[in-house]
Amino acid sequence: MSQLILDIKNLTVNFRVYGGYLKVLNEVNFSVSQGEKVGLVGETGCGKTTTMKTVMGILPQPPGKIAQGEIFFQGKNVLTMKKSEIEKMRQTGISMIFQDPTAALNPVFTIGQQLYDVVQHSQSSDDGQSRLSAHEVSIRALQDVSLPDPKRILDNYPLQLSGGMRQRVCIALAIARAKQLLIADEPGTSLDVTIQDQILRLLNQIAAEKQMAIILISHSLGVIREWTNRVYVMYAGSIVEESTTEELFSHPLHPYTRALMDCVPKLTGGGTAEGIPGRIPDYFNPPTGCRFHPRCPHAFALCSEKKPALYHVNDTHQVACYLYQEVKQ
Amino acid sequence: MNAVLEVKKLKKYFSTTKGVVKAVNDVSFSITPGETLGLVGESGSGKSTVAYTVMGLYQPSGGQILFQGQDVAISHHKRKRILKKELQIVFQDPGSSLNPRQTIENILALPIRLHDRDYKKGIAEKVQEILSLVELPVEYMEKYPRSLGGGEKQMVAIARALATNPSLIVLDEPTSALDVSIQAKIIHKLIEIQQEKNLGYLFITHDLSLMRNIAHRVAIMYLGRIVETAPAQQFFETPYHPYTRMLISSIPVVSSEEEKLKPGKIPSMGEIPSPVNMPAGCVFHPRCVDRMPICDQEEPINFEIKPGHWVKCHLWSPNK
Repeated sequence: MSQLILDIKNLTVNFRVYGGYLKVLNEVNFSVSQGEKVGLVGETGCGKTTTMKTVMGILPQPPGKIAQGEIFFQGKNVLTMKKSEIEKMRQTGISMIFQDPTAALNPVFTIGQQLYDVVQHSQSSDDGQSRLSAHEVSIRALQDVSLPDPKRILDNYPLQLSGGMRQRVCIALAIARAKQLLIADEPGTSLDVTIQDQILRLLNQIAAEKQMAIILISHSLGVIREWTNRVYVMYAGSIVEESTTEELFSHPLHPYTRALMDCVPKLTGGGTAEGIPGRIPDYFNPPTGCRFHPRCPHAFALCSEKKPALYHVNDTHQVACYLYQEVKQ
Repeated sequence: MNAVLEVKKLKKYFSTTKGVVKAVNDVSFSITPGETLGLVGESGSGKSTVAYTVMGLYQPSGGQILFQGQDVAISHHKRKRILKKELQIVFQDPGSSLNPRQTIENILALPIRLHDRDYKKGIAEKVQEILSLVELPVEYMEKYPRSLGGGEKQMVAIARALATNPSLIVLDEPTSALDVSIQAKIIHKLIEIQQEKNLGYLFITHDLSLMRNIAHRVAIMYLGRIVETAPAQQFFETPYHPYTRMLISSIPVVSSEEEKLKPGKIPSMGEIPSPVNMPAGCVFHPRCVDRMPICDQEEPINFEIKPGHWVKCHLWSPNK
């Protein structure tokens, strides 16, 4: 197995609200090796983005509070890093692409100004290169994301570009300097399927060229199946299943994963599923034990008592469900 | 069966400072009672403009909209109340289509008070009846939209459309802002209601795999034109138009059986161009993999390649 670059251990994050805490992340374990394409899938509000924001060090604190856990990026604990070290990590280590490219770009600056800033800031630490070369690096970054006529785009404002082009600019911003890990938070969700296809193909190609690892966050199982090697399924702040992509889609185990897959409309037809009963739990007072048990058709007494740990079904497949543990009593 | 809605050569142009935008150009389709027509296209293809024009929110620039045989191509203000009762719409974002300062009861009571003049039971009972139709608890009557989840809000919006007992509902991307598990619930309910009440649905969406499962017929729109129309099953098994094939092959799917249905991997290229500067000839030719010399010269005609399957492409045109 190749070297781990990101390792999240037992991460628990709460949000302080009036009258108590929202217990959002509940002992999340997550790891990424070098050059890997990892998917993180789950419904809205299950904690996908919170996890990644904590990794990036951009979780607003307060109201956020890291109750326990460790995050190692290349062996260093991110949570105990100094501010300058975190900055260094963001310059050369990790970068993130957000769902909505319109909101991620500043509307009052040209694409050029925003790219120069990123390029110069991440270079200031090592070699003092001049403005001219920032211009060259920016043009190369725009070429990397297959944008036509990069010189003209540098002078454009975000509103002069289409949604797909803006997302390409965001990718260019993220990879302007070589990085080891790219977190793509729903990069195609706000775009059309044809444009989403182009963006994901581009990300894949860039990652292969630059030997970057990618974490692809999505609520779409189809996107995850086509563009990742390994998947984590998240429900209500916990990882409920982890497996290689192929195995997850051929043998989904966790009742939540299976229910979610049934809900996806299939191209082969066959009508629609009835959906998962109930709704995502209230984080103020989450269900005890396995957080999925109130909606689970297979729940039994133990499920509401103790949170199931991730259990190895085989070398590449883990599931947090008592149904698959021998201790089932 | 007689069509509940028939749209013939509908045109809607907008004039802007940069020129005339031909948002909808010669669009024709029909919907029979109990049928779902899926109108699919990328953003900017004009599908919502079609919906709004059918609803009378826009005055059409040309063409006919026949509702139960009667021409209704007039603006919303001039439409008779009885007609508004028959045609209802559900918008994409329930957060902004429900009044945040009204309780669910008031939201649902308004259409009943406006359209149902001779109700014998009280309005409250009527509201309860509608709520139970979409399986929402009666306690929700006192709630405000903000305290409901996205899926529940959309259910209220659907209940509001059903309150007038319409014969056609326009669904403008009703589930695209929601999670799949909630989407499945809503779609399931919509189909149940349709079968019960023999409703016609004009379902507007960009999600082709959803259409495979609920639409009886599918129409693909590109830059204000319908480029292919076919019964749903046939549409996915033998797509003809290169744009349809590109769309189907870019859908991310969850199983290998579905993968086999895709017409090979056609890499999607380019983006939908600005409707101010439409390409000459076939509007799709700059992105088309099967482009021929004629494509940028002449606009293709709509040709019935199989019974009920219409394609607008030079590749399949009879006089090629």
